Formats: sequence, structure tokens, C-alpha cells
Amino acid sequence: MSGNKSKTTSSSGVIAVKIDDLTVAYNYKPVLWDIDLEIPEGVLMAIVGPNGAGKSTLIKSILGILKPIAGSVTIYGKPYSKQRKLVAYVPQKGSVDWDFPTTALDVVTMGTYGSLGWIKRPGQKQKKAALEALEKVGMLPFKGRQISQLSGGQQQRIFLARALVQNASIYFMDEPFQGVDATTEIAIINILKELRKAGKTVIVVHHDLQTVPEYFDWVTFLNVKKIATGPVKDIFNDDNLTKTYGINYKVSIQE
Amino acid sequence: MNSAQIEIQLIASLVAIACAIPGTFLVLRKMAMISDAISHSILPGIVVGFFITQDLNSPLLIVLAALTGVITVVLVEYIQKTGLVKEDTAIGLVFPALFSIGVILIAKNANDVHLDVDAVLVGELALAPFDRLIVSGVDIGPKSLWIIGIILLITITLLIAFFKELKVSTFDKGLAASLGFSPAIIHYGLMTVSSVTTVGAFDAVGAILVVALMIAPAATAYLLTTNLKKMLALAMFFGIFSAISGYWLAHLLDASIAGSITTMLGLIFLAVYLFAPNKGVIAVMYREKQQRTEVSLLTFLLHLKNHNEVEERHVNHLREHINWQKVRAKTVLELALKNNMIVVNNDIVSLTKKGDTFTSKAIDYIITNKDAQIEDMKDDFFLFRG
Repeated sequence: MSGNKSKTTSSSGVIAVKIDDLTVAYNYKPVLWDIDLEIPEGVLMAIVGPNGAGKSTLIKSILGILKPIAGSVTIYGKPYSKQRKLVAYVPQKGSVDWDFPTTALDVVTMGTYGSLGWIKRPGQKQKKAALEALEKVGMLPFKGRQISQLSGGQQQRIFLARALVQNASIYFMDEPFQGVDATTEIAIINILKELRKAGKTVIVVHHDLQTVPEYFDWVTFLNVKKIATGPVKDIFNDDNLTKTYGINYKVSIQE
Repeated sequence: MNSAQIEIQLIASLVAIACAIPGTFLVLRKMAMISDAISHSILPGIVVGFFITQDLNSPLLIVLAALTGVITVVLVEYIQKTGLVKEDTAIGLVFPALFSIGVILIAKNANDVHLDVDAVLVGELALAPFDRLIVSGVDIGPKSLWIIGIILLITITLLIAFFKELKVSTFDKGLAASLGFSPAIIHYGLMTVSSVTTVGAFDAVGAILVVALMIAPAATAYLLTTNLKKMLALAMFFGIFSAISGYWLAHLLDASIAGSITTMLGLIFLAVYLFAPNKGVIAVMYREKQQRTEVSLLTFLLHLKNHNEVEERHVNHLREHINWQKVRAKTVLELALKNNMIVVNNDIVSLTKKGDTFTSKAIDYIITNKDAQIEDMKDDFFLFRG
């Protein structure tokens, strides 16, 4: 644990993701309101907040999947559309149809499509990269398995491998620990810590408040508005938890 | 077989292939109903195009009808986006509105137009060979054949070029968007191809059969494979098979070709639905029965593992104790014996070493859900397969 906490600020001081005055609304109801946020390079950051706080929306807006009604997002100083290759995204597991006729290897190979661009097809190089990523998440024996034949934890690992194969600088993950067993959770967090060690920036929508100090070194509290952001050891406290979750935040921790 | 018969079968087969390609993606995107909407709502496009050109095979008809198809999709999405009604309701509102405009336009001009609602609904495949394409005095075949042939060629080219993009945006829209493959472009591209194919096939097979040819072969293929390319190939195969066998069924019964092809599509789907090796109804029932037996086996083995006392392990006592009926107890006992998991000495049952290891492993798996360790057991037991 001490290892996690020792690195609380980015060594380089470079800002990986900068969000200015971001407001996102569904049908004119703001889900995110005037968010200003700077994420330093090299942090392993949790985004926490109650249900409906706009955590997934924040990630989707950064990635251009949702259009904000105001504000801007830059990745290393440039708009996302110019920096796609620096960014990998792991959506919520429930966002896709796992009965889709495809194999684990094929899903991981999809991670290489971004570097290929339109029309060009994946070849041996992409397949090799996909196999390496599968190996890294311990899923190589399952490469030919149809994805519906995988357990929830295995599916999540496939998603992680697909992000790894993108060889990005910044990783966005939407609840990667949802519905996975303890073994997978440990395997995933170890890979995330390795990514940080390699100088990557990792941003994770996270639900389990108890594991925040153990897993992450940076945290953002979000509830429609940004409550706080910074090193876990400095700002992960009752004060911010209460501001984010309301007076009964201890109940949410126990859930 | 005369040349007209060959031509009809050729047209029907090309229509089947052209429909199977977008159909596969529509099924995977859970948008089967959209093809129904498109097939009906392109009618006003066809009618207006016909008024302008007085030619049912004019390219303008295809352009206008495809445009109406895309407008249908846009309207459905617009109504849906207001959040006041759900998607299926929006579809149910849009296409009858557009279709009825087409019907009224035909009725109002019925006197000077040889276009009737019956032909629109079920097509006139039998008449297709009579409308020839003549280029500088030379007969180069039925017009329908050329139209659907060109559409098919374009569809296949697009499929090969954008297979990767279609796959990723169908499986995971969010990923496609974040990788820079605009899901909207791919969505409307697919809608345009679906509309154009519908128009091209419309003349030959009519609005109702187009839907069947798009959805039924893809749905049938979906039950048989876990590979997208194989699904496409199987969908095309089922389409062609139904087209040709349907033609001969119509010949035999002296009935409508379109109706017979649709009947064949339905029969093939039914057969696969029942008998498909993994997803078929019978396979699923068999698997569930097998799983029930295996759960019983495991319960039985666990009981033996938990009780060393001789009286708990007597054959008759087991039956009373676990409260199973005679037949079930006998099945389970035999299954355990056959797998060398138990031995019976003087009616006293004991676990063998193999049975003991198996039980520990299975229980460990069920409690901790450690997936990797169980792989070797999946080959022998349904219980551990998903």
C-alpha cells in the first residue's frame, strides 16, 4: 500500500487530460455541470460518486461519444479527435451484446482497428499483438472461445486486453470491477498498476469506496459538479465523501 | 428447364444474396423491424419515380426509393429521440404513414399507371423474364437481373471494404466511436444499402418477401454459428436454397413464387430452430436434462463425502435419505459407477479416489468460481459449461 501512496504527484508535471467548463445534458437536464478538471500524466485515478453522478457521462464526453453542450476537452493539449491513438477505452461490460458471433481473439483484435484506420484489414502483426495482450491478462487458453461462453470476469479481461492492444498513453475504464470475481479483480488491478509504472495514465470509474486508498493514487469526487480532485492521501476524507454522497455516505461505503 | 425458368431462379438467388448481407447486420443490431419499415415506406419513392419516368426499372426510382428508406430511418429516430414513444412504436407510426401515401398516389392515378398494390406487396417474379434489357438492338437479359446484379456487386464491394468497420460498430458502438469509426456513418451506410437492396428486390419479390429474405436467412444462420463470416455465408446459402426450392415448390403447387419462397424460408428456420446442434430447442432441452442429472450426481457424491458412517451409505438408505424416486436414484448410481466414482460393496457405497478428487474439485469450483481449473471437466460434463 505504501508503494501506491508514495507516487502521489506526477513526476513530469505534464497534464494528460484537461477539461474546461464541460456541461453535458440529456434532454436539457444537466448531467455534468461546469466541470473543470486537470488529470496529471502518470496517475492511477478513480472517479467516484453516487449513481447518476455523471461518471460514465464524463468519460463518454471526453471520448467524443457524447456531445457536450458547453466546454472543451483536450488530450495533451489537442482535441480528442486528433489524439485518438493515445487513448484506449474500456466500456461497461453490459454495453455490448455478448451473444455476438465472435471469438475472444477477434474482440481483442478490434483494439488494433484504430491504428489501421478505415478499410485496411488486420494482418499478422495485429494478430500477434492481440495474442500478446491475451497472454498478459491470462486469457490465451481461451482465444478461440465464443465470447458468450466466457464468465463475467473473463469477459472483463477480454475488454482489458482489447484496451492493452491499443498501446495507448491514457486508459479510460468504466467500472472494470463490476461483476468480476476476486481473482479477476486482483489480476486487473495489477495490470493497471503495471500500466502506471510504465508511465501511462489510467482513469477508472469506480464504485467500491473501500478499495480506493489501496488501488488508486489519485481521485476525483463527482456529483454532477466536480467536488474535489487530487492525491488520494490528501483528499480522500470524510469531508469530501460527505460532500459527494451526502450526510449518509457511510451507508454507501457499506453497500 | 427453359431459359425463363433459369432466369427466374437466377434473379431470385441474386436477390437472396443481396438481402442476406444487410440482413445479417440488421439481425445482429436488433433492427429487424427497420427492414419491414423500409420495405413498405419506399413505396411513395417508387410511385413518384414512376410518375416522373414512366419506367419501373429506371435508376431514378432506385434513388428516390432509397432516399425514402433513409428518410424513414431518420423519422423513426427523430420521433424516438423525443422520448415520448419507444422505438417500435415510432416504427409503427412512420411506415404505415409513408406506405399509405404511396397507396393513395397509386389509387389516384390508377388509370394511367400499370402499378398495383398487389404487385407491390408480393412482386411479380414470374413476369420478370419478359421485361428485357435491349442494348443497341441486342437482348442482354432481363432488366431485373441486371438491376439486382449491379446492386449485389456494390453491396459485396462495400461489405469487403468495410467489413471490419461494420463488425466493430455492430458489436461495440462506443469502441467504434472512440476509435474514430463514426457509428452514424456506418449506420446510415447500412440503412442506405438496405434501402437500395429493398428497392432492387422489390420489383421481383415484393415488399413482404424482401423482409423475409433479409431476416429469416440471417436468423437461421445465427442459430448455427459463432463466427460472423460463417453467419454471412450461411445466410446467403439459406437464401439461395429457399429461392430455388421455393421456385420449384411454386411450380409444383402452381402457386405464387414469392409465397413459396417465403414458406421455404419459414420451414428451414423452423427445422434449424428445433434441431440446431447447440442453440436448437431440442439441444437445449437435452442439455438441461443432462445438467439436472449431473447436479443430482454431484449432490449424491457430496453426500458420500460428508458421511463416513456405514448406515448413511447403504444403497436403500440413500434413496430414502436423499428423498429421490427409485428411477432417479438408480440413474445417478449407475452414472457414478460408470464413471468409476463410486464402488458398491455389500450394498454399501463408497467414493473412489477419482470420485473424491472430482467432488472436491467441483465444490471448489462452485464456491470460488475459479474458471481455469475446471476446463478439463467441461469436456465430460455439461454442468460446467456456462
